[in-house]
Amino acid sequence: MSLDLICPAGSLVSLKAAIDHGADAVYMGFRDNTNARAFPGLNFDEAQAAEGLRYAHDRGRKVLLALNTYPQPDTWSRWTGAVDRAAKLGMDAVILADAGLMRYAVKNHPQLRLHLSVQGSATSYEAVNFYREHFGIQRAVLPRVLSLPQVENVVQHTDVEIELFGFGGLCVMVEGRCLLSSYCTGESPNTAGVCSPPKAVQWKDTPAGLESRLNGVLLDRYGKDEKAGYPTLCKGRFDVGGETYYAIEEPTSLNTLDLLPEMLKIGIAAIKIEGRQRSPAYVTQVTKVWRAAIDAVKKNADAFKPTPAWQAELNKLSEGQSHTLGAYHRPWK
Amino acid sequence: MDLSLGPLLYYWSRDDVLAFYDEVRHWPVARVYLGESVCSRRHLLRLPDWLELAEKLAAAGKEVVLSTQTLIESESDLKTLRRIVSDGRFRVEANEWGAVRLLSEAGVPFVAGPALNVYNHETLAVLAGLGAERWLPPVEMSRATLASLLERLPAGMETEVFAYGRLPLAYSARCFTARHYNLPKDDCQFRCLDHPDGLALATREGEPFLTLNGIQTQSAGVYTLIGELPALRELKIDSLRLSPQSHHMGRVVETFQAVLAGASCDTDKLARIMPGPPVDGYWHGRAGLEKTSQGNATC
Repeated sequence: MSLDLICPAGSLVSLKAAIDHGADAVYMGFRDNTNARAFPGLNFDEAQAAEGLRYAHDRGRKVLLALNTYPQPDTWSRWTGAVDRAAKLGMDAVILADAGLMRYAVKNHPQLRLHLSVQGSATSYEAVNFYREHFGIQRAVLPRVLSLPQVENVVQHTDVEIELFGFGGLCVMVEGRCLLSSYCTGESPNTAGVCSPPKAVQWKDTPAGLESRLNGVLLDRYGKDEKAGYPTLCKGRFDVGGETYYAIEEPTSLNTLDLLPEMLKIGIAAIKIEGRQRSPAYVTQVTKVWRAAIDAVKKNADAFKPTPAWQAELNKLSEGQSHTLGAYHRPWK
Repeated sequence: MDLSLGPLLYYWSRDDVLAFYDEVRHWPVARVYLGESVCSRRHLLRLPDWLELAEKLAAAGKEVVLSTQTLIESESDLKTLRRIVSDGRFRVEANEWGAVRLLSEAGVPFVAGPALNVYNHETLAVLAGLGAERWLPPVEMSRATLASLLERLPAGMETEVFAYGRLPLAYSARCFTARHYNLPKDDCQFRCLDHPDGLALATREGEPFLTLNGIQTQSAGVYTLIGELPALRELKIDSLRLSPQSHHMGRVVETFQAVLAGASCDTDKLARIMPGPPVDGYWHGRAGLEKTSQGNATC
């Protein structure tokens, strides 16, 4: 088994869209801060999760549950309760970041399949193998920081299946090792399951242009002809040494279609599509393109070339209508 | 409660590093963390040089801890990590879980660093079982959360809190200092050397916000818990970590030591020798960039 397509499900409608258009598995979260997309109106209660599981299993697909924030001492039972519910519902795997929670899962639900979340920040085979030895993880999602040769080196030194991000919003920082959001707003992905939370965002039209602020901090100011994007903290324009520019990263998305033949060759188990917070229409379009691309590369890797239509479709869905190969392609660094 | 000098997070010339640690021998710190924990391209001091420094500081009565690299990417990063683990003379601070694996396999007791993401007692118990003897909470952890976690502290575990310095907030594959100079990371020309306290990033209206330090992003504000010593004592914190800056570090250490010894603390005086405005929001469960305590605190 290789290059499984793992698609985001922020709602039941998205889940069905992903399954109908060829996802091998979907990933979802419960309706609280136990997952890294704890946005209002998103995610699944227990009944919806059960329905989603039924829909997927009836069609021979899988459902993975993201429990990838870090449990807090006072609310520890919220996370263990979520693990219990996942086991009871029959989730095909839970995606965890926290070692303590993994120990709980192994002890109480030994049959439950564990994946290491990207939020676990494991970037070497020594780290991946740590989780294998101690908690028996079956798969690890690698942070978007390694070049493809570095990814290949990890694959060669572990029995753990490796999953990579293929498309969607691009974290420039090592996932799980970024506190920029809590520095600015008090809430980080690790603790609250959000980055640059909507409730902290303010838009204001000023004579100097449209301003986006996060908890009062000016992230960007847009001229008349500029398109304003969601104010993710690391994608703002800042002043460094008297120069104003995207000091950390441009508003751009990750798109690795070009790398599919290489990913197949080095033995990547699964490709993850980011975007549980995006619309069912996004999920439909991205799933269609990636299903076609993965089928094509598996049929004939040597002749594989992304079609202009695929790229155009994906660019329409990208942040800032542009895309990058990110760290997989070394010069990006 | 004693003082620790955290690892040097910036890239300084070899002479400056050696001169700095020459002074450290006489400072009232119980413990010194040494080594390159940010970027593998920084090579003016290599592991044998750090080990030599470690011997000197140990001879001056300091407990020495070797800090490992926080973001491991390549086989050569792992090679350095294995050499640190196998040296065996000093305690090691593990800054990611690959280091935890190697240290526990080797049976070497270790310090669980602040980037390991220990947010709850269960994870700390896992680490205690693997040989951790000391730990640091993530820098974003509030006093209230820490208090709750410490109620179930594993027996014998020592707690150290990041109490002074620019906060290490994020790590990336990308080098933001090289990016500023339009240089590729692999040919960065070691521009970090020009910025001994990092490269300031401000908002478009001139508010200091962050600090670029190669692949690491820090706060612009300087985290300061000097006004919180009563609360830290109440929590039975063993050590306070002070993070090195290029100027006046000796005075920062002296100020903390004086307050530990019972002097009243003049936070304004401390503010004058900081490389940025004081912040303490995280400790109070708020946005990290906030400054909650007002003026002179009673320490």
